[in-house]
Amino acid sequence: MTLTASEQIPISLNGKSGTVQSGATILEAAREMGVEIPTLCWASNLTPANACRLCVVELEGSRTLVPACSRVCEPGSVINTESERVALNRKMVLELLDSTNDLSESPELQALIDHYGADASRYDEPSTMKDDIKVEDDLFIRAYDRCVLCYKCVDACGDEAQFTFAISMAGRGFETRVSTEFETPLPESACVYCGNCVGVCPTNALQFKAEFDLRQGDDWDPQRQTSTSTICSYCGVGCTLDIHTQDNEIFKVTSPSDHSVTAGHLCIKGRFGWQYVQPPTRRPSSPDMSS
Amino acid sequence: MPNVPDLKFSDVVPEPDERSVIDDLVSVPPIEEKGERWVLGGIARGQEARHLLLPGLHALQDTRGWISPGGLNYLAEKLQIPIAEAYGVATFYDLFQFEQPDTEGPLHHVCVDPICEMGNSASYIAELRSKGHRVHESPCLGQCERPPAAFVQIKGGDNRDMTEATGRSIRIATADPKRLLRRITEMQDIDLESYERHGGYQALRLAIQEGGARVIEMLKESGLTGRGGAAFPTGIKWEAVARQETSTKYVVANADESEPGTFKDRVILENDPFALIEAMTIAGISTGCEKGWIYIRGEYTTATRRLEAAIDEAALAGRLGQGILGTSFRFDLEIRCGAGAYICGEETSLFNSIEGYRGEPRSKPPYPTDSGLFGQPTIINNPETFLNVLEILTYGVDSYRSTGTPESPGTKLFCLSGDVAEPGLYEAEFGITLRELLARAGGGVGELQAVLLGGAAGTFVDSRHLEIPLTFEDVRAHDMTLGSGAVMVFSTKVNLPSVLARFAKFFRDESCGQCVPCRIGTVRQHEVLTQISRRGQSPDRNELLHDIATVMTDSSICGLGQTAASAVQSAIRLGLLEKSDT
Repeated sequence: MTLTASEQIPISLNGKSGTVQSGATILEAAREMGVEIPTLCWASNLTPANACRLCVVELEGSRTLVPACSRVCEPGSVINTESERVALNRKMVLELLDSTNDLSESPELQALIDHYGADASRYDEPSTMKDDIKVEDDLFIRAYDRCVLCYKCVDACGDEAQFTFAISMAGRGFETRVSTEFETPLPESACVYCGNCVGVCPTNALQFKAEFDLRQGDDWDPQRQTSTSTICSYCGVGCTLDIHTQDNEIFKVTSPSDHSVTAGHLCIKGRFGWQYVQPPTRRPSSPDMSS
Repeated sequence: MPNVPDLKFSDVVPEPDERSVIDDLVSVPPIEEKGERWVLGGIARGQEARHLLLPGLHALQDTRGWISPGGLNYLAEKLQIPIAEAYGVATFYDLFQFEQPDTEGPLHHVCVDPICEMGNSASYIAELRSKGHRVHESPCLGQCERPPAAFVQIKGGDNRDMTEATGRSIRIATADPKRLLRRITEMQDIDLESYERHGGYQALRLAIQEGGARVIEMLKESGLTGRGGAAFPTGIKWEAVARQETSTKYVVANADESEPGTFKDRVILENDPFALIEAMTIAGISTGCEKGWIYIRGEYTTATRRLEAAIDEAALAGRLGQGILGTSFRFDLEIRCGAGAYICGEETSLFNSIEGYRGEPRSKPPYPTDSGLFGQPTIINNPETFLNVLEILTYGVDSYRSTGTPESPGTKLFCLSGDVAEPGLYEAEFGITLRELLARAGGGVGELQAVLLGGAAGTFVDSRHLEIPLTFEDVRAHDMTLGSGAVMVFSTKVNLPSVLARFAKFFRDESCGQCVPCRIGTVRQHEVLTQISRRGQSPDRNELLHDIATVMTDSSICGLGQTAASAVQSAIRLGLLEKSDT
């Protein structure tokens, strides 16, 4: 039987029967049927990397669990997203990450860790992902002790969005890091500072410098933050920008990942070219600095 | 040359010798002006020649003893591969260095896995270091019958494994009647004339005469299953590729033998290289593939040299290339050498490695028969599997099925190492018991504690399992595996918890790092086992090991992670960890 794109196929999810569009992934099917599956390395604007394995589910006939983000439903697929086996696997993925990385700036992961009862304190002196924070410019910083190697930044820099290829996974196994060639500092690399890597980072390992400064200065306060939508003023494409401010000062610019023009990706101007809105030195360092 | 600012490379320049080896290797101009308004460059150009990245990295490493920024930059620009990606690929492999070594002397890779550790690798390493040599502590080098195993990387590219130094001293025992290892025990010389005198190329002639459909039918009737570990029916695999209607398909030999305790493919390739060439040619003409690739472990230098020589000789004699044996068939073979990465023996990692990407496994489905090397339908088999094809064609299905058992017909190569009187390569009919197999090797040395079947990804058994027939069906029924055919014997003198910790270290080092369960799970498993070997077992540590094993087995992308806990869990089931003396 040849399936056409518009065909509906029957599946069973957590004991309930339903039909989904042929070609739909298990994740898409589940969301359509109102079932949430947690994800980490999946993003709506990138091809699934299959790396984190947080979205694993049981698929009848498969020896192992399968990643919901990329496994396509077949007619008659019997899927279980909530079994004890699935829960233990997700708990372990979270526990392994939490024992390796600083996830303190990932509230969504923190919530999942609580939900699945992951307990990283079970590990005695675990090796962790140590790395010095890389502050190489005024635009964004890289703190790889928070990096979960989800591939999003590499894909966004490469053929999924920017086609710049300034960064890649380098090394192997637990020593794998996102890196430029020979760890060259970003300003000397092929980086064009579009900031799309920062835009897709799920753990704040890549962080806008303005946000980083606020957090370092212990002045980070989501209560005082707002987000304003506008259209980029630089060229005729008309990208939608979300301007994130704290106390009316910009610390980050993003674009909605479901936006038909940007798919969440911007260029250096839209992303970082907001200095004209406010002076680059946001806080006067001495009282005699007159405006 | 037009300057297309497509990919940004750095300004570092290569040394003249680096430039010349890359120029010799890569004939594709980096940027091609196809017309006044059409210039081919960047990743579009790179796709044509990216598979030369791995050979290029070898060439740079061999030339200067390390990969310099200037050399890598030149190679990447020539192939139009983003420089960060080229660096990412290069750093995936153990055999490449990125800092200029202090000395020009050779780099000794000495195996520190359990069998070689029992064979005193530690004192060999100490001796080398005391003489001022550089030493890299290596995972299993596939020379387990003569521990401690070593492989020497020499600037200039004249790398050496131990075969040339020690000759053919390995004990090779065939089954009765002689099968897969027959030629190896009978042939005096490794050349085409000798190969044909011992029955070589009869199978190919028969395949040409009978036609591809009949060959595949014979494979299916024979019940041959893959010998790489997964035991997938070979005839069904070949049939799936034969049915694909695309014009480009590939045959690949997975000779990246790296499973600890396994050396059968090395012995085959070193001593019977024409057999692999002939069997791959049969696969090619039977399924419509005109190109074959042999991915051979980078540390197998003798096997590589002999295989290269055999391919050249076969091509000269009209056994490869256009018009094989006077027919209209075409079949070419290309060799790719690995560079120190166990994971590249995983079939989809192997494809990525050949294609010039990091050797990370792909998500399956799609399976190789649909989308394999370069995204085309691909047959990928282990050399031992290919050799079985020759037997089936030469002696017929009935004769083949008269050996072994109905569900596991034929013979199997077993690699015996460790505490046994005569380590070596043993061919035996399926159905032989472990006791009989050990007896053929002169019996165990000392009191038997445990046997690890199938390598680091295999399962431990002990004296209670000696009577189990070694067939796919019997080992499956006992939660065991034959895996790659490794049989590693451990006497009671061996501290098993520390052996397990070492195997765990192996997986920790060899995980590609792509998925979380394997990247971090292998590290945690190693940490817990190290604690157990130092401080003893506890319920908490057992529970941790169990949970780590669950997530690695259930949720890892590929077979490496899925089997990384197999040996450990089987040891726990047998109570072997309880023998820890602390």
